[in-house]
Amino acid sequence: MDTMIETPLARLSDDQLDDLARELDAIHDEVFAELGDRDRRYITSMIELHRRLAVLGRVLLFGARYKPAWVAGTATLTMAKILENMEIGHNVMHGQWDWMNDPYIHSSSWDWDSASTPEAWKHSHNYIHHTYTNIRGKDKDLGYKIMRIDPHQKWVPIYLGQPFYNVLLMAFFEWGVAFHDLDLDAIRKGEKPKKALERELKGMARKAGRQIAKDYIAYPLLSGRKGFKSTLTANFASNVLRNVWAHAIIFCGHFPDQTYTFGEDEVADETRGRFYVRQLLGAANIEGSPLFHVISGNLGYQVEHHLYPDMPSTRYAEIAPQVKEICERYELPYNTGPFLKQWATVQRTILRLALPGGRPRPKPGPYRRDATQGADPAWHPESPERRRRGAAASGPARAAGGVRTALPADP
Amino acid sequence: MAERGARPRVPAVRRRLLRAAGVFFTPLLPDDYLELIDPLWSSRELRGRIESITRETADAVTVTIRPGWVWEGHEPGQYLRVGVVVDGVHHWRAYSITSDPGRPDGFISITPKLVETGKVTPYLVRHAHPGTIVRLGGVEGSFTLPDPLPRKLLFISAGSGVTPIMSMLRDLARRDALRDVVHAHSARDAQAVIFGDRLRALTGRHSGYRLHVQHTGESGRLGPHDLDRLCPDWREREAFLSGPGDMLDAMTAHWEGHGDRSRLHLERFQPVIGGDAQGGEGGAISFLTSGAEAHSDGGTPILVAGEQAGAALPFGCRMGICHTCVGRLCSGRVRDLRTGKVSGSEGEMVRTCINAPEGRVEIDL
Repeated sequence: MDTMIETPLARLSDDQLDDLARELDAIHDEVFAELGDRDRRYITSMIELHRRLAVLGRVLLFGARYKPAWVAGTATLTMAKILENMEIGHNVMHGQWDWMNDPYIHSSSWDWDSASTPEAWKHSHNYIHHTYTNIRGKDKDLGYKIMRIDPHQKWVPIYLGQPFYNVLLMAFFEWGVAFHDLDLDAIRKGEKPKKALERELKGMARKAGRQIAKDYIAYPLLSGRKGFKSTLTANFASNVLRNVWAHAIIFCGHFPDQTYTFGEDEVADETRGRFYVRQLLGAANIEGSPLFHVISGNLGYQVEHHLYPDMPSTRYAEIAPQVKEICERYELPYNTGPFLKQWATVQRTILRLALPGGRPRPKPGPYRRDATQGADPAWHPESPERRRRGAAASGPARAAGGVRTALPADP
Repeated sequence: MAERGARPRVPAVRRRLLRAAGVFFTPLLPDDYLELIDPLWSSRELRGRIESITRETADAVTVTIRPGWVWEGHEPGQYLRVGVVVDGVHHWRAYSITSDPGRPDGFISITPKLVETGKVTPYLVRHAHPGTIVRLGGVEGSFTLPDPLPRKLLFISAGSGVTPIMSMLRDLARRDALRDVVHAHSARDAQAVIFGDRLRALTGRHSGYRLHVQHTGESGRLGPHDLDRLCPDWREREAFLSGPGDMLDAMTAHWEGHGDRSRLHLERFQPVIGGDAQGGEGGAISFLTSGAEAHSDGGTPILVAGEQAGAALPFGCRMGICHTCVGRLCSGRVRDLRTGKVSGSEGEMVRTCINAPEGRVEIDL
């Protein structure tokens, strides 16, 4: 398929890309060299907080037939489920905490409060999505195979329905993800052995059975005959609210206007430097308070997460200034925006691309720090930072006259 | 997968209750919540709480641990794998148990000596404190007293090699079986003798226990040449030897040349693994899950070869004890680097840390 927009990838020389890779590798190595007690304390206290909230929420919901208890219990349980999925489950299963060598906080043993089995999710997310990020036809998270989220995707009439099933997907996101992880497409094409499918379906059925038994049978029964229904509706509401939140955050990761998608020809024989640039261009951050970042599993630092999926999530905020500085020097965009704005652009795209046609939205230009901060010599091409991280190629990254992409109109 | 503690023997009723309660906690376990109240309540791995840490010498301490579940016992002379968290990372090390299995309070103790360049002993000697939670792995080791007890015993130890022997001596003392025991121990100087006071106290209480302590600073190391002087009837004794590798080698050669090798029992802290490329034929290794391809020269364990090829593989003790590194052998045969034995059948779980490929192998890791 023809590419409708050229990416900044075309502008960087091989030497510059090698430098970029060295610099970004160095940030990773520096963080991993200093991981320690502080990081362990964070994740263990986060896990503890989740369990306390879960217990509190469940206890409150024993009285769910009284309105205030229903509201307080649902809110607490929702928060517990959000932390468990976003800041704990997603990140532990990425292997972000494997360095602790803790058998119980480890990507190989973790399971989460979601319909997906860890094995299927780790394959479709950690491997397929994080490796082939935003490559059209390879990244199956690009529209999740059921939506047209990129104008390069061929339109078919079924997409007329996407504004409606998007709303359904919001509410039942965990089930959508679970079916998505099965990779029904590969099954249809016969790429997946029948035995593997059988095993995965069995695993999913077992997992689904337990999840349903817990939220919709066991806890409602504990609330007694009179409390059964209200506890059940509260648990249902918690799951739906968690799903809506997860859907919103995850859709803001790759589908806002700022992000690029890539054709397979653009990524043939990809070097480490080009891989990093693709991750930078394909992801978008969300701006928010520290609390916002915790309850979104630090996926508001989607850019940093895609550069370093195995780095403990708490470190993303700390390295963000260094990543921005690199973007500035190499004249690369650093995609970010406030939550509601990012979310709205995603929803607009879903509505627009339900119809045929469409063009890529204008993309941001190279990242520039606020002029009010004044010129900081840190990003000078000869900066000690750059030398320390092993950038060696001659010539500054700030070459003028490169291909410029259109800046979005000021709002 | 990271190394776990031993599975405690939890009463069946309790285990059934925990399983039934699982429906409320899935995908977590009731344990995940109970452990927040007390980490020792874990029913999936054995943990212990440090009760006291007492200084033995300038650089050795005795760590006394209360196990979370009833201690299932050990044989004197065996060692225990202990897991501690140092700067956020779990580390496992094996230590000889220095306590007597018949301790009435059910506690156990280990006596680590500081290894300045290490990770774990500096933590245990300087930073751990009463209340610290540790993980307790399997009890292992064949350096134990025979049953029935031999009539005459000889213990030879050097430095921290005295630790497994201390457990034996305590056990013998409790059973009033220190009837004809010679113990030759060496340490740098008087201050460096671990358990010095306790060993001397034993000589006072048990006339059958004869102790010789040699200070290497003045008299040199204990060697085969000292045997006839210290214990003229050493050939008639069942001998137990624990100390540094060169002492073990010298004594083993001596027993082979001048005594009965089968009467000499010894403790090597580090089994000799790898490094002997002549040992086997080696071969190519395919790691099926990670997709990595590696090659071993026949002296390099599968684990090390895989790591050198960039694969992230599970590992633990790296000495064949903890079974953390196991992978399913899908094809080929492997050679145990400790014994040289070649084995392997399809579907067998092999420990990658002590096995090298014997020809081409495929491992599901």
